[in-house]
Amino acid sequence: MRPTRGHLAWLITALTLWALLPPAAHAAWEPTKPIELVIPAGTGGGADQMARLIAGIAEKHKLSPRPIIVVNKAGGAGAEGFLYVKGKKGDAHTIIITLSNLFTTPLHTGVPFSWKDLTPITRMALDQFILWVNAETPYKTAKEYLAAVKEKGGTMKMAGTGSAQEDQIITILLEQSQGVKFIYVPFKGGGEVCVNLVGNHVDSTVNNPIECVSHWKAGRVRPLAVFDTARIPDADWKDIPTIKEAIGADINYLMLRGIFGTPDMPKEAVEWYQGFLKKVYDSPEFKEYLSRGALKPSWLTGSDYVSWLQGAEQLHKDLMTKGGLLKK
Amino acid sequence: MGFENLLLGFQVALQPHNLMVAVVGIALGTVIGVLPGLGGANGVAILLPLTFTMPPTSAIILLTSLYWGALFGGAITSILFNIPGEPWSVATTFDGFPMARRGEGGQALTAAFTSSFVGALFSVVLITLFAPLLAEVALKFGPPEFFAIQLLTFSSFIGLGGGNPIKSLVSILLGFILASVGLDIVTGALRLTFGVTELMKGFDFIVAVIGLFGIGEILLTMEEGLSFKGASARINPRVVWETWKTLPRYWRTFVRGSMIGFWMGFKPGGATPASFMSYAFAKRFSRHPERFGKGEIEGVVAPETAAHAAGVAAILPMITLGIPGSPTAAVMLGGLIIWGLQPGPMLFKERPDFVWGLIASMYTGNVIGVVMVLLFVPIFAAILRIPFGMLTPLIVAVCAIGAYSVHSSMIDIWYMLGFGVIGYVFKKLDYPLAPLVLALVLGDLAENALRQSLIMSQGSLLIFLNRPISGAITAVALFFFFLPALSLGRRRLKAPPAPAASHPDHTP
Amino acid sequence: MRAANLITAAILAAAGVLVVVDAVRLGTGWGTDGPQSGFFPFWLAVLLIGCCLAIAAQAVRLTLPVPFVTRKALGPVLAVLGPAAGFVVLTQAIGLYVASALYMGFYMRWIGRHSWAAIVAVAIGFPVATFFVFEKWFLVPMPKGPLETWLGY
Repeated sequence: MRPTRGHLAWLITALTLWALLPPAAHAAWEPTKPIELVIPAGTGGGADQMARLIAGIAEKHKLSPRPIIVVNKAGGAGAEGFLYVKGKKGDAHTIIITLSNLFTTPLHTGVPFSWKDLTPITRMALDQFILWVNAETPYKTAKEYLAAVKEKGGTMKMAGTGSAQEDQIITILLEQSQGVKFIYVPFKGGGEVCVNLVGNHVDSTVNNPIECVSHWKAGRVRPLAVFDTARIPDADWKDIPTIKEAIGADINYLMLRGIFGTPDMPKEAVEWYQGFLKKVYDSPEFKEYLSRGALKPSWLTGSDYVSWLQGAEQLHKDLMTKGGLLKK
Repeated sequence: MGFENLLLGFQVALQPHNLMVAVVGIALGTVIGVLPGLGGANGVAILLPLTFTMPPTSAIILLTSLYWGALFGGAITSILFNIPGEPWSVATTFDGFPMARRGEGGQALTAAFTSSFVGALFSVVLITLFAPLLAEVALKFGPPEFFAIQLLTFSSFIGLGGGNPIKSLVSILLGFILASVGLDIVTGALRLTFGVTELMKGFDFIVAVIGLFGIGEILLTMEEGLSFKGASARINPRVVWETWKTLPRYWRTFVRGSMIGFWMGFKPGGATPASFMSYAFAKRFSRHPERFGKGEIEGVVAPETAAHAAGVAAILPMITLGIPGSPTAAVMLGGLIIWGLQPGPMLFKERPDFVWGLIASMYTGNVIGVVMVLLFVPIFAAILRIPFGMLTPLIVAVCAIGAYSVHSSMIDIWYMLGFGVIGYVFKKLDYPLAPLVLALVLGDLAENALRQSLIMSQGSLLIFLNRPISGAITAVALFFFFLPALSLGRRRLKAPPAPAASHPDHTP
Repeated sequence: MRAANLITAAILAAAGVLVVVDAVRLGTGWGTDGPQSGFFPFWLAVLLIGCCLAIAAQAVRLTLPVPFVTRKALGPVLAVLGPAAGFVVLTQAIGLYVASALYMGFYMRWIGRHSWAAIVAVAIGFPVATFFVFEKWFLVPMPKGPLETWLGY
């Protein structure tokens, strides 16, 4: 095809499409090309799993007229993914799944973006955090364990995912409320963290339930407390006390698993994604996934979601200021 | 444990449906392995949503077969075009590509595929017999042990090459510096990014390799005004059989490669260092170390055996511990959860059909895989007959696609071009490329493990010597570091440093 | 050869200086919990600069009197590098598929002197095959331009 002719054909088609547009605009918006679902984290992690599950459910139940393409952009603690979506202003075919790095990455690294740059679509779930120790240790309760930490005077090792992210925030909160000191050892992923606990290379972790559940069932690790105001209702988990019950401290932290669109995403598109994601959310597969990983089902959209996000951002700012994790 | 479990597994794996799935998986995987950049991890991730509608056992057979295919396929472009399709086939280029240039592409491919198969078989047998026990050994490896392994890989490689020692050191330093660009996970700070968004994700190893080796090689070849000599090669379907006859004499290399690969494989990030280490040891123990880098078939056997042994071993911690031994295994791990399985120690008890079906499929998948790729050896080798004026743009375009697909990032195509120029200049000025690549791949892992260890010990380096496993490995690593100093004089007499601009010399 | 060695060493040393600057910002010390972020980059870069000085000294003292690249050899190298760079620029502008078609067509005609039939077959066939493999089959998006937008991708 010679460029001039191609250009002409393109022009003609564009004009034809434009002529056809007005009636189409009245109908509900639908994706007209493959949807790109960006993951601001590496392959195999929690956000990655959920994103691929969403793509899988959409494929299985034919929920979207166009396929969903999952793309990992993990660079700079997720900054790469966020900046990529931020740069696609008005694009109706790009969405992003977020985790807590939506708040922590800009605060810690100073990378210029905020959740306000993106269009909130929906909150899918909230992930719990649990304090784990190796099952061979004598600590049966969080109280016993923290007493031991205090006694050992800052030589006990707490492992977590990444630096200046949720795991370290929780560790610092625990330190400040109990007047103890941990050696915080950052690892690359949650699975690795739990295995280092099983191998006795560290003394405790603050893993998400799904990262440690199998080792727990195999009798290798022991959950001591949930960092939430209420116990996890699922049968397997309901015997684990909340941190308040265990040590009387209010250290509550939940991690966002939400979906955002590009800046200024058209309203019709946002509505379509909400409908689509609701169908995913209501599917038995998604429900099963949540219950197995002890994630909190937390569907939330619209202005409620926005005000929740505002609260969450403020919370991270406060926590990270307290922990001295803000960018200097 | 026991054979009734394995028999149960074979009943699952040998169902016609599952065999079909394995064939499809291998074929797709080989294509993915051939395309640089689109590695096994991407391939598995891409197909993951599609497996959602399949029974878990078939799904895992599809994904693991794809992975085997990628392991086999990675060698093809390494040998034919000096472009490693996968990170673990970088070391295969050192001798595989010189062989192809000599017109021995068929032999090199046969050796690579056969070695892969031998390595795989070794690992599967060990997994079958000792899976739970090996999982316990893997647990003993914390950050200090992990760092010790990286140190050993590096030290086994160091002092192998001739050439200018200062320039080798520059290559190593540059590799480590490039590896440190991006997020420092230990402190969460951005390093060497100077506020540039594109630099935040750092330099991907595979993009660098595509540029340094692939594009750099094309530039050098053009300058010498010659096309690949593959065109003159006699492509004979019997090449497979004839190569096989020569392979048994390298049994030591096979055994060593399999052991290194298996041992390295069951810790994360193992296959690539394993292939380098195996290559280094093969050269060290060879009676003709000077032939390495110039088209020695043993230099193909060693890294391929280790890479595939490690690739198979990487599945083990995934099923027994729920930690991935490789990026590909990490994606499969996500798959297990999506299919409703909980990876980890309980899987053997809860779903023996799944675990043993998977293990049995490792046998069937690799047998199917090696037969399929060997059948195509003459065809792969014939690719080199494509005239140069057509092959060059094809290679450049494939490289660009590969570089882009690593992170879906346009800047990576520019990096690829930049690394191509660096590769060309470095090669001409006698800066070795292999140390740069090794430093780039190990730098990140090694630095993290080192600093995690030092956090654990509160700054004391003694942590590497106090713990029995890491102490032993560190001691061996230090021995290799000081070995060059001891044997320098002897080596000098045997093999004088290659003169500058001796381009086909791939000696690392 | 001498000039090329000196220039390369100078560029690498300059890169080393850049690294040192950023490493100093990050802190190059050895704290209670091991090295700070800038520790390794700093010392690596310092060593790099040192090596570059040594190489420069070597280059001045003893260099083979052969040119880095002869004028005759430079032509073919640029004939590969030029179109390849053009291809990357085009990819950025109009997407990978169209760019690779143009690039291949151009290169095959200009360097390879292939017949038009072969050129059309490869230059159209390759991008179309790639499109189906990546865009449709593996669902891996490649850089796209107006043509793909027009086709609905």
